[in-house]
Amino acid sequence: MNIFLQATFEGLSLGAVYSLVAIGFVLIFRATDVLSFAQPAMVVVGAGIISYFSTQIGIPFLFAFFLGIILTGVLGLILERTFLRPMVGEPVFSVAVLTIGIDILLRVVLDNWIGINPKYMGDPFPSYGNFGSVNIAGLTVKYLEVTALITALMLIFVLSVFFKKSKYGVAMRATSLDQEAALAQGINVGRVFGLVWFIAGLLAAFAGFFITGGFNTLTNTSFISALRALPAVVIGGLDSITGAVVGSLIIGLTQAYVGYYQFDIESAYNIKLGNGFSIVAPYVIMFVILIVKPDGLFGTEEVERV
Amino acid sequence: MLSVQNLEVVYQDVILVLRGVSFDIPKGQIVSLLGSNGSGKTTALRAITGLLDTQNGDITKGKIFIEDEEITNAQPSKIVQLGIAQVLEGRRIFSELTVRENLRLGGFTANDSIDENIERVFTLFPILKDRDKNTAGYLSGGEQQMLAIGRALMSNPKYLLLDEPSLGLAPKLVQQISELILEINSQGVTVLLVEQNANMALKISSHGYIMETGNIVMDNPSSKLLQDQDVQEFYLGLNAEGTERKSFKDVKHYKRKKRWLS
Ligand SMILES: Nc1ncnc2c1ncn2[C@@H]1O[C@H](COP(=O)(O)OP(=O)(O)OP(=O)(O)O)[C@@H](O)[C@H]1O
Ligand SMILES: [Mg+2]
Repeated sequence: MNIFLQATFEGLSLGAVYSLVAIGFVLIFRATDVLSFAQPAMVVVGAGIISYFSTQIGIPFLFAFFLGIILTGVLGLILERTFLRPMVGEPVFSVAVLTIGIDILLRVVLDNWIGINPKYMGDPFPSYGNFGSVNIAGLTVKYLEVTALITALMLIFVLSVFFKKSKYGVAMRATSLDQEAALAQGINVGRVFGLVWFIAGLLAAFAGFFITGGFNTLTNTSFISALRALPAVVIGGLDSITGAVVGSLIIGLTQAYVGYYQFDIESAYNIKLGNGFSIVAPYVIMFVILIVKPDGLFGTEEVERV
Repeated sequence: MLSVQNLEVVYQDVILVLRGVSFDIPKGQIVSLLGSNGSGKTTALRAITGLLDTQNGDITKGKIFIEDEEITNAQPSKIVQLGIAQVLEGRRIFSELTVRENLRLGGFTANDSIDENIERVFTLFPILKDRDKNTAGYLSGGEQQMLAIGRALMSNPKYLLLDEPSLGLAPKLVQQISELILEINSQGVTVLLVEQNANMALKISSHGYIMETGNIVMDNPSSKLLQDQDVQEFYLGLNAEGTERKSFKDVKHYKRKKRWLS
């Protein structure tokens, strides 16, 4: 039972982090009709910027953290303005390919900078006792994971208030629903596009920190974790924020359960799933769900044309 | 006065849809713009409010003025700020948002007067007040049209451009909408009314333009158009013989050129 609770907690925390990436992806898709495959790259770039400021420039971690978050948002804004804006009205597929190009560009630059030594975030989490964790009722709970879960939940809450109450939040929803009608109200749709990419950048950088914080470190393979947001989005349905969160939790839990139970299952059934199975498992889940629900759990059918 | 002069519009670089259209909407009046399907009425409205961009359309010739300011190719947000609001064809309310959220969005450029404008809209359309928190997509067709008009009023427009507000409404509701348009006009809003329902439009407007395949083929005071035999035949369904609808080009009326046409 304890192992189950342990796996569940870790899975939820992971899922909450993935959901930040997934929400950014969905926001961009809904408002601008762009499938941004550059979103996972923004995650590691965000982590890179935080690490650069706190370990290389040497400014205090919290400043580096918020600077990294803001700068990643600004990077999103710049990418939208320079690469995506001129592509408005082009076929969804061409634009998606463009974002893959952006993804490669960002990662090549970042990987060059990372080199072969893992980069630390300069955060205080590793210095907490017991390797940054605490025992609660028999569970080994990492401070980083608790913080990730709480922060992600808070961000989701703040976003939902923003979309419900703020002028630009409601304008973003309107633009997602009907761009021409939004323009006719005098909404500056270009500004909305920029804002969406800014927010997606912020969220990506938050996720980037939680994926690479503590002892996890930023390496050339951190990207693989960020990439799990994509099956999460597909599971949830490309255009649903609820779907993005639920899909992410499913992916996070899958990953954790596979990590904890794979050996038991393998010996019980005398099969061999392989070392990398926890990496593949999210995609297996994705295929199974897509067979049952081709539009994802919460997606609208219309999206299928993509 | 809102003035459209010799406007030419092309979609996708090749499809010529407006071929030198000119019309004036004098302040305080209701002017109607009539024409059969595909004649270019909606395109003319899009050109005025800067919405051609999203449709891959371009103004290739001509000018648009509000009072003395040229607004040809201006940004939609600027045009709304200058006092022109358009009610899109087919209502186009934000279906997943509430009635109030729709109204607030209509006031996007007029932040300071949102509360008083909502009150004004609720006075005009009391039914919307009852539906305040409802999801707009669940309103009836008539209520949605009222919401679309109310939303447009939220920006304090001097000019209201209505694209087929009677579309798909029962006769009783059409009557109600036309009374509301008169009421809005009496509050000082100038109206351009695009309609298929020529009878309704001509009854409440002072002047009417008739458009066909991208040209204005006739323009006259509405009372005169209502009497006109050809208009009766083509737009008012008073064609006794029940013959096929002819084109205006086949009859004696010819395009009356405006003086700024070369
Ligand atoms: N986005 C577009 N791209 C290409 N052609 C278009 C586009 N929108 C309209 N058209 C064409 O332009 C012509 C005029 O269309 P428009 O919508 O302006 O007519 P309308 O008078 O409003 O018709 P209706 O009464 O049916 O609304 C039509 O032939 C139409 O097919
Ligand atoms: Mg039309």
